[in-house]
Amino acid sequence: MPEIKVTPLGAGQDVGRSCILVSIGGKNIMLDCGMHMGYNDDRRFPDFSYITQNGRLTDFLDCLIISHFHLDHCGALPYMSEMVGYDGPIYMTHPTKAICPILLEDFRKITVDKKGETNFFTSQMIKDCMKKVIPLNLHQTVQVDDELEIKAYYAGHVLGAAMVHIKVGSESVVYTGDYNMTPDRHLGAAWIDKCRPDILISESTYATTIRDSKRCRERDFLKKVHESIERGGKVLIPVFALGRAQELCILLETFWERMNLKAPIYFSTGLTEKANHYYKLFITWTNQKIRKTFVQRNMFEFKHIKAFDRSYADNPGPMVVFATPGMLHAGQSLQIFKKWAGNEKNMVIMPGYCVQGTIGHKILNGQRKLEMEGRAQNGPLLDVKLQVEYMSFSAHADAKGIMQLIRMAEPRNMLLVHGEAVKMEFLKGKIEQEFSIDCYMPANGETTTVTTNPSVPVDISLNLLKREMALGGPLPDPKKPRTMHGTLIMKENSLKLVSSEQALKELGLNEHQLRFTCHVQLQDPHSDADTLHRIYTHLKSVLKGYTIQHLPDGTVIVESIVIKVSSSAEDSNTKVLLLSWSYQVIIEPLLKKSFLYPAVLANPPLKSDVISSFWVQTLLQFPDSNKHCGITES
Amino acid sequence: MKLYCLSGHPTLPCNVLKFKSTTIMLDCGLDTTSVLNFLPLPLVHSPRLSKLPGWVSKDGTINLEKELKECAGRVFVDAQPEFCLPERELLDLSTIDVILISNYHCMMALPYITEHTGFTGTVYATEPTLQIGRLLMEELVNFMERVPKAQSATSWKNKEIQRMLPGPLKDAVDVWMWKRCYSMQEVNSALSKVQLVGYSQKVELFGAVQVSPLSSGYSLGSSNWIIQSHHEKVSYVSGSSLLTTHPQPMDQSSLKNSDVLILTGLTQMPTANPDGMLGEFCSNLAMTIRAGGNVLVPCYSSGVIYDLLECLYQFIESANLGTTPFYFISPIANSSLEFSQIFAEWLCHNKQTKVYLPEPPFPHAELIQTNKLKHYPSIHGDFSSEFRQPCVVFTGHPSLRFGDVVHFMELWGKSSLNTIIFTEPDFSYLDALAPYQPLAMKCVYCPIDTRLNFHQVSKLLKEVQPLHVVCPEQYTQPPLTQSHRSDLMLELQPPPMPYRRCSVLNLPFRRRYERIYILPECAVIVALT
Repeated sequence: MPEIKVTPLGAGQDVGRSCILVSIGGKNIMLDCGMHMGYNDDRRFPDFSYITQNGRLTDFLDCLIISHFHLDHCGALPYMSEMVGYDGPIYMTHPTKAICPILLEDFRKITVDKKGETNFFTSQMIKDCMKKVIPLNLHQTVQVDDELEIKAYYAGHVLGAAMVHIKVGSESVVYTGDYNMTPDRHLGAAWIDKCRPDILISESTYATTIRDSKRCRERDFLKKVHESIERGGKVLIPVFALGRAQELCILLETFWERMNLKAPIYFSTGLTEKANHYYKLFITWTNQKIRKTFVQRNMFEFKHIKAFDRSYADNPGPMVVFATPGMLHAGQSLQIFKKWAGNEKNMVIMPGYCVQGTIGHKILNGQRKLEMEGRAQNGPLLDVKLQVEYMSFSAHADAKGIMQLIRMAEPRNMLLVHGEAVKMEFLKGKIEQEFSIDCYMPANGETTTVTTNPSVPVDISLNLLKREMALGGPLPDPKKPRTMHGTLIMKENSLKLVSSEQALKELGLNEHQLRFTCHVQLQDPHSDADTLHRIYTHLKSVLKGYTIQHLPDGTVIVESIVIKVSSSAEDSNTKVLLLSWSYQVIIEPLLKKSFLYPAVLANPPLKSDVISSFWVQTLLQFPDSNKHCGITES
Repeated sequence: MKLYCLSGHPTLPCNVLKFKSTTIMLDCGLDTTSVLNFLPLPLVHSPRLSKLPGWVSKDGTINLEKELKECAGRVFVDAQPEFCLPERELLDLSTIDVILISNYHCMMALPYITEHTGFTGTVYATEPTLQIGRLLMEELVNFMERVPKAQSATSWKNKEIQRMLPGPLKDAVDVWMWKRCYSMQEVNSALSKVQLVGYSQKVELFGAVQVSPLSSGYSLGSSNWIIQSHHEKVSYVSGSSLLTTHPQPMDQSSLKNSDVLILTGLTQMPTANPDGMLGEFCSNLAMTIRAGGNVLVPCYSSGVIYDLLECLYQFIESANLGTTPFYFISPIANSSLEFSQIFAEWLCHNKQTKVYLPEPPFPHAELIQTNKLKHYPSIHGDFSSEFRQPCVVFTGHPSLRFGDVVHFMELWGKSSLNTIIFTEPDFSYLDALAPYQPLAMKCVYCPIDTRLNFHQVSKLLKEVQPLHVVCPEQYTQPPLTQSHRSDLMLELQPPPMPYRRCSVLNLPFRRRYERIYILPECAVIVALT
């Protein structure tokens, strides 16, 4: 039986550096190639030595597919393709292809220029790597080679995020990347058709959470911002340039418009302005509502949100500032945080997940005194007086969403990645219980093997199909199984089902006909002709409704069965009956009349034996007959 | 397998393919050349048009003064323009399972097919085709409804009377089948039946047939279609281009190994080189402006206009036209310009690269930003106060029978300083101009048709090697006016199967195999024995 193997190199029972190897139908596919935010050493990137100890990866992989532009899904790409070495095709959607190199360059700058690391990929490597990228369109079936095909589906989550269906023959795997089953302010919900993959590989970030409605969270967020502004405070929202930032901007923009608020909203410049431009140009990837109204009003052209200048941080009065990066670990958001931390009127809202070790993580855990990098050792600690709020706006499917996707795709097996082991365990139980399918959650480097059961494609001759269909009456009855007769020819890796005549012709074989004969002895003093006549009249009375002919050449024919009579050489009273028939289905109805029919049903392959014994039985009703049967081929 | 041909227009096809018990309509083009028989619909009262004499037969026996008007020796119907629909009697339209659309020009008859006919199927089109098609339909409805004409004219359609009319009215066919424009409500209902598809997406129809659109290189989202089962393949080629303009290049290799290739939508201007025409367009435009005249470009609101604007973007500085205002007037001008910028996936490689920067793929964004190009929904409102001359105006409809272009014809037609430059190949420019005669303005004919020419198509067919080719009969003989040009027709071995309106062709197909699947359990037994 064929097998599909899945091995996570990253994101196995973990969040970060997503990288999953799939072997299916003799093809090897790598899904995502991410980095880990929590590490600065070798563990930052997936362990490609698992694939090969020495040399390039090109020979071992048929293709690499990147699901979306977040660095934990694409951050190791230039390292993998340019430093380890991979020249095969890399697939990603157009928005991902556009945005991914910018984030990679940003990542490189922070690592090399700010942290001073060496032996890291260069700008040129990012460019060279992107040259290997082949853009994917949604729902387009891309033929990687003659056997391997991939198809992308909309995943929500961030601009350009895709799920991907990988198919070889009739075996298939779906990889979700990160996805979101509820539409938000700027993106739509993930969708997939009932593609019934052998394995569905799903993220499980929020495996145990069923999140309250988005509306409530939005209302909460707006209320907190509004209250802070009302009392003259400043609100800092650390974000990553692309993704949640746009969603929250749309939220605030519409709120400001509705409430007629005057306090300024700023967006830290640089990447973000450019980011909004990407959203404008890739508007077909946003949600229905934005797409519908973009001509009249492009939601990504903000009226109330202005570019930020670092001097504005000291301006008096209330304001809202979106600043990068999102975990307060460096850059502008950290600078502003330091300035505003001392005032309890101010507020910081963390809209997403923060990795351990970052300031964001510390203040979310209630730490109120912070040591700052760059300050003198044992210098004064930073006193955090401002309000700290956490609101989960990251767009991952929750437990309900994951179950919903399983219902959509109807996989035969489930495999969880991109989540914490404990939470996965819980979800695994739930999935196995609700859908009665196996659910796997391999750790990094651990291989899950799933046996598949692909059906075998066969080409059937149209003549044969029509002929067999016609045998069952004008319309086939879909409720009843039917047997059909044909010859299966296996030739050059393909299977053909044809009529036996055609098969013989194609294979250049002569047709042999089987004829069964049977001798029955009986005692009868009459002449041969009279005996034959007596048999004829006897059969006529026993087998009503059958064509029985007495031919002048001294034979009796019952349907297609020939009966001849001759006298034994030694004794003229001993008559030898010769019965002869060819192997034909048409004889079966004859049997139905007989007391032997149950035996025929019980033992259908022995039909010819049964037929001969049937005849013997019929003739045995003749007085004093001895039987002697034989089957010969003629 | 049968092909029912419902349209005789080679570039606005409408065919129905019956294949393995599915009924598939290929395009539903609307033949709008019928509107040339009607008087223009002016936006403001036109004393000239209203004073045209009514038509009375020479012997005075037929008097159709109210319906027909005479202008410069030609007779026009004075009523709301009507279109020539695809044939609706040849087969029951309610039996159609799916409609495959190849580009936005070839879907304009959709509401006539999907509404009020009992149609319950699905329409497949790409996203740009749907969006721009919707805009063009909206524009058409708007053009008609903006100047309602209560009067309907039916007496002239009487067979006995039509026979007595002067040409070309006399020779118009199926005039009883001509229909007025649909309503916006019908457009919305028709388009709600569209399901979006992407290039190379495989769509299963009832498990019997698989259809898949391929890039055809002609316009945004334009596609050819592959219709295939496991053993048979039909390619439908409609409106394809091998020139490098804005759309994604044509996918040729996927057309290989077809049993039948249905070929429609070749260039209507086989002798006019698009590049040469573009050059002529620019030089005539510059010449007129320099002489202080205005330039009128009657055009569709999407398609070649993007290329014209791009060409002008490069041209205006070098030709010293930096201060000349360019106007684009259409109820959908803004939408069309905006939509063109958001279909990165459907654009040629160069334009895609721009989006990655991120910059708008078409330079008309910059023309708008720098105020060189201005767009207005109509001549009313802001335009009338901001309008400066001499200027260049792009506006529709290219038939010159309705839309804002009618107003500019009336306004500028009397001065020989002005020029009208025809760029759309769909209408004969002489016929289009007929109801405006006599005219003083200069007329330049630069039809730009980027679709395949005969040379390109023979090369393509040699490469993809279909067993049989089916095409409109017009392609099997040289054009009437150039009967000696045997290079302007398809010469193939075996010869192509020609069709005309109302033809029903039996396609030469021998189906021999069908795909079935054996359960793995069963296959194991087979393998063992």
